[in-house]
Amino acid sequence: MSRILDMMDRHTSGRTGKRHNTTMAIIHRSGKPFKWQRKHLLGLRDLSVEEIEYILDTATGFEQISTRSVKKAPPLRGKVVVNLFFEDSTRTRASFSLAASRLSADVMEFTQKASSVSKGETLLDTARNLEAMGIDIVVIRHSAAGVPMLLSRNIKACVVNAGDGYCEHPTQGLLDAYTIRQAKGSLEGLKIAIVGDIAHSRVARSDMWAMTKLGAEVTFVGPPTLMPAEVGRLPVKVSYSLDKVIEEVDVVNMLRIQFERIGGNLFPSIREYSRYFGLTVERVKRAKPNILVMHPGPINRGLEIESEVADGPNSVILQQVTNGLAVRMAVLFLVNQAAAETPV
Amino acid sequence: MKVILDAGQIDRTIEHLADEIGEQTSSCNESAIIGVRSRGEILAERLAERLSRKLGRQVPCGTLDITLYRDDLNAPHGDSQPLVRTTEIGFDIDNKTIILVDDVLYTGRSTRAAMDALMDLGRPRAIRLAVLVERAGRELPIQADYAGYKADVGPEQSVQVNFVESDGKDEVIVT
Repeated sequence: MSRILDMMDRHTSGRTGKRHNTTMAIIHRSGKPFKWQRKHLLGLRDLSVEEIEYILDTATGFEQISTRSVKKAPPLRGKVVVNLFFEDSTRTRASFSLAASRLSADVMEFTQKASSVSKGETLLDTARNLEAMGIDIVVIRHSAAGVPMLLSRNIKACVVNAGDGYCEHPTQGLLDAYTIRQAKGSLEGLKIAIVGDIAHSRVARSDMWAMTKLGAEVTFVGPPTLMPAEVGRLPVKVSYSLDKVIEEVDVVNMLRIQFERIGGNLFPSIREYSRYFGLTVERVKRAKPNILVMHPGPINRGLEIESEVADGPNSVILQQVTNGLAVRMAVLFLVNQAAAETPV
Repeated sequence: MKVILDAGQIDRTIEHLADEIGEQTSSCNESAIIGVRSRGEILAERLAERLSRKLGRQVPCGTLDITLYRDDLNAPHGDSQPLVRTTEIGFDIDNKTIILVDDVLYTGRSTRAAMDALMDLGRPRAIRLAVLVERAGRELPIQADYAGYKADVGPEQSVQVNFVESDGKDEVIVT
């Protein structure tokens, strides 16, 4: 592979036998040390393989902050992170808040319902007003695709996309890739099924970009009515039958049925959907014994996934949540580093 | 470029450091060695091995990554952007005498960062500093408890410690 040519020298310690990284820099194929240069994380589509791997490698260093007694480190001390959420979210917002707090940033929570947006203020006015208070990083979620990019072009602060429309949810894609890498060692050559409502899923898209760039083969699985119109142009296979793919895949990522986005007529009934596309105990029995079961949450127990499977030995659903924190810490750290390189 | 310590001299210097540390820590059972990434990690492992032999018991050894505690994170870094890596300390540091190990003591800023990082991991009984090379140029009130070699170099020069494990060769050079 002509990726990262020199992935850091490694040596084996005679004392413990464990492997360590010992040299300083990752060398890019251009021969120069790799350097993170993006002050915004808008999506994974435009990221290089090196950039994705760099985020995942960085996240490894943040994992342990959450397990020690003082769950805090100082790299964002004196920085202000704003959570600007125009859509409901529990897990992602809590995860970003906690990630920012653990890096010692001050965190300001901002929701549409309790703000001037409900008084008619435009998005950019809201953002500029927040910026006038001296903020450093905006984490934004919005129901319209492209809003994070619009914002990044109009304010000086770093922008991190926490989900825009059906476009991208980059930190979810990163944490899913991180979780698979942690469990399987690498994504190279793995077969991964993403199952469910692909058309309305930004998670499916970000997952697809991260996983295919890292060398996995991704199959979108779901009823034709829930496939995106442009699926033929995406780097994925498509299957309309979970039964046909379940035996060959290494990873299955079950998407939530998004009742709030789906009109009533995309599939005949929830029971029928569940029968054909639900991850049941019986289906897991037919799969590879070490199949990795994932779900971005929140789960509809008994619909897209049976409780026994969600809580079973193949499930890494809660590990995804834990890893999400490390990945978001890494992202906040890196965009802030890039901003430090280019003072405004 | 000038070689100030060759492989043999480095070996004797480490032996000397281990002797000195051994004399002062033999009375207290609860000591451990922690190296600062990345050259300090290698030095720490070599020291721990010798110290364990001298004291006849296993001296725990760990590795500390200080990137998140650096005081220059918000300054431009040119090509040498700091890379966050893992801290690997497989033991409790509470109430232990920690021998903090680094390759070179210069401004003292890395040592300050390392002490803050250690304090977030627990409450050691004491922290001592051991370095292979000490040079002038302190910017903080920090000094080494054990210094292997005092290098007389000016502020325009830089001291580079190379180890077999990371650089293919044991030597200390001034450029």
